[in-house]
Amino acid sequence: MLYSEKVLDHFSNPRNVGEIEDADGVGEIGNAKCGDIMKMYLKIDDGIITDAKFKTFGCGAAVATSSMATELIKGKPIEDALKLTNSAVVEALDGLPAVKIHCSVLAEQAVRSALSDYYTRQGIDPLPIVGEIKEPEE
Amino acid sequence: MEKRFIYADNAATTRVSDKVLEAMLPYFTTAYGNPSSIYKLGRDAQRDVEDARARVAKAIGADPNEIFFTSCGSESDNWAIKGTAERLAKKGKKHIITSVFEHHAVLHTTQYLEKQGFEVTYIPVDEKGLINPEDIRNAIREDTALVTVMYANNEIGTIQPIDEIAQICREKKVIFHTDAVQAVGHVEINVHEQGIDMLSLSGHKIHAQKGIGALYVRKGIVLPNLIHGGGQERNKRAGTENVPAIVGLGVAVEEAVKNISEKAAIITPRRNKLIDGILQLPYTRLNGDRDKRLPGNLNISIEGIEGESLLLMLDMNGICASSGSACTSGSLDPSHVLLSIGLKHEVAHGSLRLSIDENVSDEDVDYILEVIPKVVERLRSMSPVWEKMMKGEKYE
Repeated sequence: MLYSEKVLDHFSNPRNVGEIEDADGVGEIGNAKCGDIMKMYLKIDDGIITDAKFKTFGCGAAVATSSMATELIKGKPIEDALKLTNSAVVEALDGLPAVKIHCSVLAEQAVRSALSDYYTRQGIDPLPIVGEIKEPEE
Repeated sequence: MEKRFIYADNAATTRVSDKVLEAMLPYFTTAYGNPSSIYKLGRDAQRDVEDARARVAKAIGADPNEIFFTSCGSESDNWAIKGTAERLAKKGKKHIITSVFEHHAVLHTTQYLEKQGFEVTYIPVDEKGLINPEDIRNAIREDTALVTVMYANNEIGTIQPIDEIAQICREKKVIFHTDAVQAVGHVEINVHEQGIDMLSLSGHKIHAQKGIGALYVRKGIVLPNLIHGGGQERNKRAGTENVPAIVGLGVAVEEAVKNISEKAAIITPRRNKLIDGILQLPYTRLNGDRDKRLPGNLNISIEGIEGESLLLMLDMNGICASSGSACTSGSLDPSHVLLSIGLKHEVAHGSLRLSIDENVSDEDVDYILEVIPKVVERLRSMSPVWEKMMKGEKYE
């Protein structure tokens, strides 16, 4: 498996690992059967993502994409996080092997899932804003 | 703790031994003749190929004219299975028996034959990774052409009851082939005494180079060619002989079968220490029978973590190992071997295979046992699966 230096860096020194106890939005995506689960915690103040943390069960790419996704949305307005695409995560990591692209999709969906939870907690229907959350196929 | 480099993946491939390399070197630059050539340079090459053939034959209890050199274990498996299938289909025998946890070189070949109209019975294995020979007996039919069962499993190292299976096949007059790629050099093999009709072996698992293998075919069995062309290998396998690799294989096989029990006496206690040490971690299990397994093999499932992450972290600590997780198999499914012994997907994803040889020292074993708990703890601390497992316990 040929991983970029950046992927290996984010795998061996993942940024923002952990939980946020008083998170405003928590999302989880994937299942252990497929071998990847990402759990994303967001702290949101005045529409700004002030903190993001994650826990991931999965391969090197799953850990690295989770780490990079949190880096890309931290300190950004919700609107920016909603626009985060898997290809932006891949690009930020200097690429991923073809068989690992699904990990970046998982990271994108984990962020959306956490945002969806945030809106639900606010009493706002997340569907028109966040859209459907895509669970990986078994 | 000083970082070490430990190669614990000998079931994947091995280092070419100094003795093998030394034996091979002249054949690149001075003794480079084509064995088919008439002049002395060619005749000498032919003589040395035949010498290697005799060494391989002796090591497994065969006659030299029963040994055919191939490019790898996969080619040997393909040739044995497709060749037998093609030959016996003409006599109306279109049924093949194998096991569910064969190497893909066998499984994908039988699946290919299924598409060609053959019927294949896949014998299950028990939770310890062993085949019951009686299941083979019961599966044999009038139209069974071939039984092919691996000698030792490549992932969990379990050694199959080959003598019993061979005996049953002999009684029922069915050809028996075994993929012994993982077994040669680790267990005593005598094909004539054991009643094995065909056997595949590979060079790079026993300190020869990659790209060389052999197939033993018992005298009296005529296999149609897999590779057509020149008259090499008594007209049975075309292609100019890979003389350096063949010479290397001869030396490697001879070395590998020397002192099998002495090597096992060194490796087994170290392997057992690794098993016991890793099993001290909570939520771990040994995959495969503890005793009926290759001396250097251990395969343990570590719940709550994923195999590829584990391998990457071990690599950062200088340890080369392997896993049966989906991520390392290149698909979404974890290893078919681990699923065949009844593991759940999520448990199979967190498997670790170490395959040590005598070069992995007692100090290396201690180092591995220091590294693994740290790495496992780190991965579990960031695993939502582990978190759930722990909460599940608390709220039970």
